[in-house]
Amino acid sequence: MVKLKEALESCQEEYFLPGNSCCAGCGLEIALRWAMKALGPQTALVTPASCLNVVVGLWPKTAPNFPFTNMAFAAGAAAATGMSAAFKAKAFRFPGKGWDEMTTITFAGDGGTADIGIQGLSGAAERNSNQIYVCYDNEAYMNTGIQRSSSTPHGAWTSTTTKGKDRFKKNLPAIMAAHDIPYVATCSISEPLDLYDKFKKAKSIEGCKYIHILAPCAPGWGFESNEAIEIARLAVKTGSWILYEVENGIMTLSKQSKALLDPSKRVPLIEYLSRQKRFASISEKDLIELQEYLDHSWKRIEVNLSCQEEYPK
Amino acid sequence: MVESQKDFIQKQENIIIKGNVAAAYAAKSARVQVISAYPITPQTTVVEKLSEFVDNEEMPGTQYIKVESEHSVLASIIGASKAGTRTFTATSGQGLFYMHEMVHWAAGTRLPIVMAIASRGPAPPWNIWADFTDVLSQRDTGWLSAFCSSHQEIYDEILMSYRVCENYDILLPKFVSYGGFILSHTSKPVVIEDQDKVDRFLPPLPDEDGWPHIWIDPKRPMMFGNLIMPSGFYQEFRLKIHEAHMNAKEKIIETAKEFERIFGRNYGNGLIQEYKMNDSDVGIIIYGDLALQMEDAVDQVREEGFKVGMVKLRHFRPFPVEDIIEIAKKVKLLGVADRATAFGSQTGGPVSCEVKAALHETKGTAQVLPIINGLGGREVSLEQQKNQLKKLIKLNETGEFPKNMIYGTLWDGLLEVD
Repeated sequence: MVKLKEALESCQEEYFLPGNSCCAGCGLEIALRWAMKALGPQTALVTPASCLNVVVGLWPKTAPNFPFTNMAFAAGAAAATGMSAAFKAKAFRFPGKGWDEMTTITFAGDGGTADIGIQGLSGAAERNSNQIYVCYDNEAYMNTGIQRSSSTPHGAWTSTTTKGKDRFKKNLPAIMAAHDIPYVATCSISEPLDLYDKFKKAKSIEGCKYIHILAPCAPGWGFESNEAIEIARLAVKTGSWILYEVENGIMTLSKQSKALLDPSKRVPLIEYLSRQKRFASISEKDLIELQEYLDHSWKRIEVNLSCQEEYPK
Repeated sequence: MVESQKDFIQKQENIIIKGNVAAAYAAKSARVQVISAYPITPQTTVVEKLSEFVDNEEMPGTQYIKVESEHSVLASIIGASKAGTRTFTATSGQGLFYMHEMVHWAAGTRLPIVMAIASRGPAPPWNIWADFTDVLSQRDTGWLSAFCSSHQEIYDEILMSYRVCENYDILLPKFVSYGGFILSHTSKPVVIEDQDKVDRFLPPLPDEDGWPHIWIDPKRPMMFGNLIMPSGFYQEFRLKIHEAHMNAKEKIIETAKEFERIFGRNYGNGLIQEYKMNDSDVGIIIYGDLALQMEDAVDQVREEGFKVGMVKLRHFRPFPVEDIIEIAKKVKLLGVADRATAFGSQTGGPVSCEVKAALHETKGTAQVLPIINGLGGREVSLEQQKNQLKKLIKLNETGEFPKNMIYGTLWDGLLEVD
């Protein structure tokens, strides 16, 4: 992993500028800021409907200092596919001008990824469209006022699950890994150096890359804005958000999650949940089910880790 | 058969191809750089032919994205056009409806995308045959919209469309539509022009910067389409789209002239094409494949001694209001034959509505008789079209309306039901 000192030295440049309209302690802001530090200026970004449409600034103000395209809700992955194809066509027509060095990235929320955008994303993945697709996951439709998404965890309050969500969180990274794309990774905003490394790696790989970032939302989850990093770190430490990479079918656990294969090393789940108002009135039954779900997730990780064979290219 | 067409078949170098294949050849001649497509009947052979071209390396450098839905077709085309490449796609009926959200998006972004539409009837019940309700129902999206009446016109209109759309005063996307199966799947001789000649008419655009209002260039970062408050320029941006439509009329006329100068084929003034209207008592406005057959109907009814003429409508957007007003001065009665519906309207089909609106403030103008026919690909025979003309003559002479008038519209060719 990149060293903190080294990262700070090579990451002086800011691409998502101050003065944007993110809430204080916004997970999305940290995710985008560090992702762009890793990707650098030769990057074109597409974002479907999400908080990101708004926090970049209302017209004519704009916070990103890289090409930034707002897109319709279901259209993120496809628009980035088109853009990446256009760069290829331009590289053919204007060789040596750097068009082949462009990185195309979709930056979508969990609704835009796991719900309305999943068809376009699945299509892009199956075509191995040359882009990095990023889901910043704040586990509900935060932009429209905290409605449930398929990425909302079991038991969580949202404005459309007032007694807690009855279903479990959709396992999008696993779905994407099942597309046999070259690279899938999970990140947390509490581990920016890990995130930085994963974006660097994704940039170096040709084809469709998928990165899923847990990005806590202070107003949506119900915690103080100075607690965002702590909450995200607790998600990792309790083992409810697992950091890993899947490269050509081979899964490896990232440093922060590796030790947690041993259940005794995991911080009790309640320490993560009790810090968030959205779980304030979770029932005992839901709590037990969440714990069972967590344990089961780790069993599936163990199964995945046992396969150390790349899929055929 | 029209005189000019006979000459054309005898004199020119041509190949015999389907209408859809003509559309694919046009995309090739236009040197499109990014194609994105999803199969739908009756458009499919357009994208099949383009696959062949790309796979055989006949379109060097062209990227062909085979996406998983029409919504993604237009999303990817928008991405590609935004990044400054010439783009092409084709669809039909349900496919166009499925992309509707992105249809608005493309116009709002002011991208010169050209899309061929092999028109088909909306479901349910399932229907795959000629009916322009698909493309006409996109009326308010901001796209320019042209109809083709022949195989050659499909090829020609696509070339002309790129030239119009890419003009800096326009920068709008455009539909080029033609009747499903009737043109898409029948074969006729089509001239495919030399590449040099096409390049002269339509230079390989754009340059590296992309379009003048947008560029995706890290050296000059730009934000596209972020949220705009009601006090911002939203309303002004919308007005600019309308102004571009108005500017497009002049540009279409210029382009049709230039096209005729270089390639020798005439399409009226580009917006409309009159046929024997100058001494007529009654006329009919018609578009798409049925317009070609109507020329024969006009000739045959004229042989019987009646002064009838027709106007082939080439553009639905921009709508040639000024031309329609002029035409309506020439005759006492104008039929408007729509192969499309505008449910709940008091004035027939979509084109009838436009014609009536165009004329409503003009004094002493022709009466308008809306006709709806040929829905969902129902055959409209030469005999039926001759009868339509005769009904117009009768109405003009005696004031007697035809049978089958339903809510002020002649629903022609309905099945007899007990």
